[in-house]
Amino acid sequence: MGELATEKHVQYILSVEKRKDDFISVAMEYLRMNGAYWGLTTLDLLGKLDAIDVDEVVSWIMKCQHESGGFGGNIGHDPHILYTLSAVQVLALFDKLNVLDVEKVTNYIAGLQNEDGSFSGDEWGEVDTRFSYIAICCLSILHHLNKINVEKAVSYIVSCKNLDGGFGCTPGGESHAGQIFCCVGALAITGSLHHIDKDLLGWWLCERQVKAGGLNGRPEKLPDVCYSWWVLSSLIMIDRVHWISKEKLVKFILDCQDTENGGISDRPDDAVDVYHTYFGVAGLSLLEYPGLKAIDPAYALPVDVVNKIFFGR
Amino acid sequence: MESDKVKLPRVPLSQRPEWSDVTPVPQDDGPSPVVPIAYKEEFVETMDYFRAVYLADERSARALRLTAEVIGLNAGNYTVWHFRRSILEALDADLNDELDYIENIARSNSKNYQIWHHRRWVAEKLGTDSARKELEFTKKIFSIDAKHYHAWSHRQWVLLALGGWEDELGYCQQLLEEDIFNNSAWNQRFFVITKSPLLGGLEVMRESEVSYTVEAILTYPENESPWRYLRGLYKGDTQSWVNDAQVWSVCLKVLNAKNNCLFALSTLLDLLCHGLQPNQEINDAVDALKPSGQDQSDSDLVKTVCSILEHIDPIRANYWKWRKSKLPSAT
Ligand SMILES: [Zn+2]
Repeated sequence: MGELATEKHVQYILSVEKRKDDFISVAMEYLRMNGAYWGLTTLDLLGKLDAIDVDEVVSWIMKCQHESGGFGGNIGHDPHILYTLSAVQVLALFDKLNVLDVEKVTNYIAGLQNEDGSFSGDEWGEVDTRFSYIAICCLSILHHLNKINVEKAVSYIVSCKNLDGGFGCTPGGESHAGQIFCCVGALAITGSLHHIDKDLLGWWLCERQVKAGGLNGRPEKLPDVCYSWWVLSSLIMIDRVHWISKEKLVKFILDCQDTENGGISDRPDDAVDVYHTYFGVAGLSLLEYPGLKAIDPAYALPVDVVNKIFFGR
Repeated sequence: MESDKVKLPRVPLSQRPEWSDVTPVPQDDGPSPVVPIAYKEEFVETMDYFRAVYLADERSARALRLTAEVIGLNAGNYTVWHFRRSILEALDADLNDELDYIENIARSNSKNYQIWHHRRWVAEKLGTDSARKELEFTKKIFSIDAKHYHAWSHRQWVLLALGGWEDELGYCQQLLEEDIFNNSAWNQRFFVITKSPLLGGLEVMRESEVSYTVEAILTYPENESPWRYLRGLYKGDTQSWVNDAQVWSVCLKVLNAKNNCLFALSTLLDLLCHGLQPNQEINDAVDALKPSGQDQSDSDLVKTVCSILEHIDPIRANYWKWRKSKLPSAT
């Protein structure tokens, strides 16, 4: 089996900055905040976050903040809860949460909760359990979960539980590994994991591993590196990760590396991107791959960062 | 998918008389951003004009056309969609045209969240009259990708908010005839039988659904979805599930065929753990599946089931070992 090409991946992440005439990166402008989170968290897991100029990143992030308290995907873009979490996570990576006006950010997030406990992504009202996770994760990092109705938030998530033990985007929506991560993560953070049928969900999740070793996100779909994160982190949170074959999954992720130019793709021999590079490295971190920092399965941040947030060390 | 359209060369906005009164506003990327981007010329110019009308809050017909140009370049930008909705409202535009517009965009961007959110906004404004059109729209998407997550989510919303349940069970049936492995269609089927105001609910539907599901299982016993669906049909009524002979007999039939036994064995394991008293046929069928050289290792049926599962599903061996370890001590 090959090894993780750590140095190449660091170079790849850093080189994304310098790429010219790359339409993908142009089109990514609006979600640059997510890109920053994926890239910088990967660097931190690889132990190379010191290659980044902290002050530049922090001042750019703060320029993306709006009067409402929410963050946009880039300077001049409308705020959305998706980018707000990424902004908070990146600041946490650098231990710079103190630059935030916490009241303002948390008011913005709390204002997105609906009557039934669900959350909208922005003022336009799209509802999705992804946003429940984001709101809960973000408020928890900022120590302000008390600003929302947690009980209602939890019962909305529980209303999205399906017969297979998984969760969908809204009540009745098909179980999907990405949504399951969000719902399990939100329940874990709020201390509500007792609402989950762990054995039933664990069995559904471990059924996601296909013969090749990779994980898919729904029955009969192709395996994809990003599900290494969603499925694995969920299995860890419900304490069932030993049910899958870790060795086979490690091999699948390593097979998706571009060992020449760095980066990780969704499946072997596909084109690499920052998103799958992050999910591949984060997945390996959850699998305790040697040389990587440990990542927290619920907060999606390195464990040392989470410890600093909650224990001050 | 765009190849059938002849694309005229783009006239830069700076050369269009319509826009001569607008001064474009460039993007402020900050001093040295994390992921500095080399903007493509056309993209940059369009965004600069968009920023200008957006900052001026110009809700005009030309601004509406400009948002379409921006969306054509990048459909993922939240801001543009927001602004487009404000303009549509201000102009009191015909929202049926907007549905056609979205359908065009969705052809190349159907995995984009904003498009679906926008579509829902439009459909909601149009009200129950748009239900049929929305159901048709998602049908078109499913003819290309029958597991399209956004489209399924939209369809469920349409049914709940605008109605149109009449043919929904039939539609699930049709999709499952096309692909019995389609988990999204099975999920929708459960959604229909539990939520449709026309069908009477889970208990009323159980009998006919169990027969349908049993048949599906017998055709492809390796299909995960109908096994889970079968269990779901007894939601909140585990006793009926254990007692219903149809459930254990479908397991037995699959075991006797000795092919693709994984889900039959795992269902049997669950049944036994919930108190099913196995008859001789079940005992014999399980015995016949014992891996050779392992005849005497297990003291009772339920342990044997675990051992066989461990053997035929090695990638999840730890799961089956755990199931075995959780069994009450041998009777
Ligand atoms: Zn992926």
